[in-house]
Amino acid sequence: MSEAPKDSQHLRVANRRLATRLTLATVAMFAFGFALVPLYDVFCDITGLNGKTGRIETSEVRADRVDTSRIINVEFVANLNGDLPFRFEPGIHKIQVHPGETRRIHYVAENLTDQTIVAQAVPSVAPTVASRYFNKTECFCFSQQTLAAGERREMPAVFVIDPDLPAGVTTMTLSYTFFAAPGSDPVALAAIPDNHR
Amino acid sequence: MMAFLRMAARALVVVTALLPAVTLADSSLNMRQGVTTLSREIYDLHMLITWVCVVIGVVVFGLMFYSIFKHRKSAGAKAAHFHENVTIEVLWTVIPFLILVGMAIPATRTLLAIEDSGDPDITIQVTGYQWKWKYDYLDHDIGFFSNLATPPEQINNTQEKSEHYLLEVDNPMVVPVNKKIRFLITSNDVIHSFWSPDLGVKRDAVPGFINASWATIDEPGIYRGQCAELCGINHGFMPVVIDARSEADFNSWVADQKQAVVAAQQAAEETWTMERLMQQGAEVYGRACVACHQVTGMGVPGAFPALDGSAIAIGPLEAHLEIVMQGKTGTAMQAFAAQLSDSDLAAVITYERNSWSNATGDAVQPAQVKAAR
Amino acid sequence: MSVTSHEMQHDDHHGKPYGITRWLFTTNHKDIGTLYLWFSFLMFLIGGTMALVIRTELFQPGLQFVDPHFFNQMTTMHGLIMVFGAVMPAFVGLANWQIPMMLGAQDMAFPRLNNWSFWILPFAFLTLLSTLFMEGGAPAFGWTFYAPLSSTFGPPSTDFFILSVHMMGISSILGAINIIATILNLRAPGMTLMKMPLFVWSWFITAFLLIAAMPVLAGAVTMLLTDRHFGTSFFDAAGGGDPVMFQHVFWFFGHPEVYIMILPAFGIVSEIIPAFARKKIFGRTSMIIAIASIAGLSFIVWAHHMFAVGMPVAGELFFMYTTMLIAIPTGVKVFNWVSTIWRGSLTFEPPMLFALAFVVLFTIGGFSGLMLAIVPADFQYHDTYFVVAHFHYVLVPGAVFGIMSGVYYWLPKWTGNMYSMKLANWHFWLSVIGVNLTFFPMHFTGLAGMPRRIPDYALQFADFNMLSSIGAFMFGFSQLLFLVLLVRTIRGGAKATDTVWEGAHGLEWTISSPPPYHSFTTPPQVK
Repeated sequence: MSEAPKDSQHLRVANRRLATRLTLATVAMFAFGFALVPLYDVFCDITGLNGKTGRIETSEVRADRVDTSRIINVEFVANLNGDLPFRFEPGIHKIQVHPGETRRIHYVAENLTDQTIVAQAVPSVAPTVASRYFNKTECFCFSQQTLAAGERREMPAVFVIDPDLPAGVTTMTLSYTFFAAPGSDPVALAAIPDNHR
Repeated sequence: MMAFLRMAARALVVVTALLPAVTLADSSLNMRQGVTTLSREIYDLHMLITWVCVVIGVVVFGLMFYSIFKHRKSAGAKAAHFHENVTIEVLWTVIPFLILVGMAIPATRTLLAIEDSGDPDITIQVTGYQWKWKYDYLDHDIGFFSNLATPPEQINNTQEKSEHYLLEVDNPMVVPVNKKIRFLITSNDVIHSFWSPDLGVKRDAVPGFINASWATIDEPGIYRGQCAELCGINHGFMPVVIDARSEADFNSWVADQKQAVVAAQQAAEETWTMERLMQQGAEVYGRACVACHQVTGMGVPGAFPALDGSAIAIGPLEAHLEIVMQGKTGTAMQAFAAQLSDSDLAAVITYERNSWSNATGDAVQPAQVKAAR
Repeated sequence: MSVTSHEMQHDDHHGKPYGITRWLFTTNHKDIGTLYLWFSFLMFLIGGTMALVIRTELFQPGLQFVDPHFFNQMTTMHGLIMVFGAVMPAFVGLANWQIPMMLGAQDMAFPRLNNWSFWILPFAFLTLLSTLFMEGGAPAFGWTFYAPLSSTFGPPSTDFFILSVHMMGISSILGAINIIATILNLRAPGMTLMKMPLFVWSWFITAFLLIAAMPVLAGAVTMLLTDRHFGTSFFDAAGGGDPVMFQHVFWFFGHPEVYIMILPAFGIVSEIIPAFARKKIFGRTSMIIAIASIAGLSFIVWAHHMFAVGMPVAGELFFMYTTMLIAIPTGVKVFNWVSTIWRGSLTFEPPMLFALAFVVLFTIGGFSGLMLAIVPADFQYHDTYFVVAHFHYVLVPGAVFGIMSGVYYWLPKWTGNMYSMKLANWHFWLSVIGVNLTFFPMHFTGLAGMPRRIPDYALQFADFNMLSSIGAFMFGFSQLLFLVLLVRTIRGGAKATDTVWEGAHGLEWTISSPPPYHSFTTPPQVK
């Protein structure tokens, strides 16, 4: 297309074809905007962006890879989002683990209301560089939790730190934030103002 | 043309007068050096780039202004005909690249140090709320909210502004000097940003996610910063105040805090007089409620409802307790149950029921609040 | 009439219509260019008024005039209106007027589409402005509308904001398609791509940026809409989403958007400087390569807006290095401009004054941009007035001065009348002093620690804020001189010659001033 088309018939065809292609490009870029969502997840898995933690199957854990020469301090933190009427805390605040070692810990959640509440725990690890090495084989954050009125529940999480964890990392913090599950329960949602939904 | 030259000369004078100002170390003009190793490294980086930019700017603008004066048509300049020169074009691509590499090396070094938050002496979780901070000392089992302490009269210009206007809080974050302090930063609602310029720390507080940063403070002092990410109406009113003390002073502060928790529990068991409730209530109202409902209790029409004469504040106590403790659906009214103690809630509700034209005569007791939880 | 398409013949049957219908139904590129330019000027004044509301409140510490909620609405609307209502449509207006004339074409490739892409805009901005009168107020979450402040916490008017952003996006994309088709298919015989004027080149690349970036913005607002009303959780951590992802999607659009607002200004300045230096542009090919590389780099630097959000260090380093690289092509452009005036034969008519001010002040904005790229330092600069100073330097004396120099350059061609040099000089000097008085002190307020988007501030920031406010009023009111000048020039004045400027080259200067309703009914032969 380095030379401009010469007569009106050709010009019209050329214009149409070009407009069609550019429109397709536009549609493709719109789709790409949405494709950024799964791409972002892949990107996060690779880079550990945003402290997204890994999830692996129990069978993937290899007992022979425990690195007893290193000790990692792992801290546990519990948070509630918005005005979720829960009491939520880790069973233990800090443990020391070897990379490759499978450890089970638990958190305790209590529904302080007289109604059933559905909530979702969101995990996050600091520092971000370490998060992709923090793998969970079992976690209450894998699915929504339904707590009956006044129910108190111990919730387990089983994790193993990948022995490939960069040498500089000595302290890791695992944080869970409980959110009211979106659209699940009128009581839980009552804690979030209408215009905030 | 003369008019242009005169004006240009004047503009030049202004620019040259401003240039040295860029590099002044005066804290009111320049970035603060701060009180941590990292903040000083950041400052040095900042000064390095500033000087590089100033030098490049002086050379480029110098040549440009020379040409503007020298190659005027009115001064008889005839246009030359050159319009390309591969050598010089390669040069001014390669040389900037080398300068950039020279800047990237120290920047990378400092960045790697900033991101190394391991092996802390003390860990503090910072949680952003609309519009206050909560500090939880994970190693000491202490946690409290930090609210703006500037009285609304100063903001509304009816009172003279104090020295630390908008940069003062009721409960500053108290930390020890010469210890590696690790900040774990998250948010309860929207995205905030925890910023202390003197510590060289700025990190976003994102709901559901936890960010880490750290600082080792060299000298005792009070260091003031602000929330740096737009987080709603009162974004400009949630300062970050850090009070760095010697280790001994810090330890005694920790002991005092634990004492205070016990004292508060005891106070909640007591029966409070009306006078005590009203006094305490006015104080709590001043930090928790006044931003929206105003000193006058009149609120902001269209945005925040009045409490003076409102159906809630002079109606049944149960409804009043519920709205303060659980918040109100569809509005900015938060749930204060988790943020305020039984005594504070009792006091502030009493205050609201007996201030302005409200005169219910109710003296709400901490025990009543406890029962309503 | 051998070269016209069916669409183009449309106008010929009716001749030049008059009255309101002329403007409503026009398919003429010049009429549409005029509409775009007047629309953008109106938006510039409205957005500017909002800026003055902001500067009035910030004149002194304390809350004096507006409440914080309204203040946030003003910062949000000011940003949206200036970006989407003032700067972008002004460039499209210039493109409409100039590209067909500079290429030796009769009109744009799709004249009716052109009409449509303009007339979407008034409705988009009426919708946006109407949110100011809605319950709960206009959007108050900044023009960047970060989730969850805009999603779960957004006011009801957010949905109208989303609608208007969709309309603006469609308008821009249609404009971009039209411009690309015109450039590729309607060039006069002999006008090869490499012979195209630099303004056309800059728009050619910008149009591709628009097609690549605007749909991503449309995607972002669509996700926001479904998150708000249809139960999705793109940005809601509770449902498995991620609020930080919003920022990635937004800035994937946002950074190319920044260059959409500056590349055409590069093109304009590259036309004007050679004309008033009476010398060919230095390094023409490298100018084109530089624009293309800046455009390419713009897609791999987006996360430099988000260093404080908490990224792994490898990500921070990657985005720091790519961002620093942008300094190289940008530097090449500045060096080329300076080399163009070097040993030229310079005169300083208003277009040249604005172009020279552009080079100096845009470069200052470039320097602060480079500083912001340095991640450790960015932790201190981020979200302070230093950033406000930076992007206003590249957008006001950058993009806006670029537009103004273009208008001063081509206005005599468009109207056939010369404007008052005295008035134009006054406008220039007041603007240049006002702009610097407004934005230069902001570097200092930022470094001293003042966050952006706050309605009230600590006492140590008071002096510089007062200076900024004085400068803002000076800059704002001097734009009324521009309005007076425009109206007077359109109504009459000394007749302009066809060439207008002694050193001007290009096809647009070969036709009469004002140009015929259809510029080149017979395409010229370009050698």
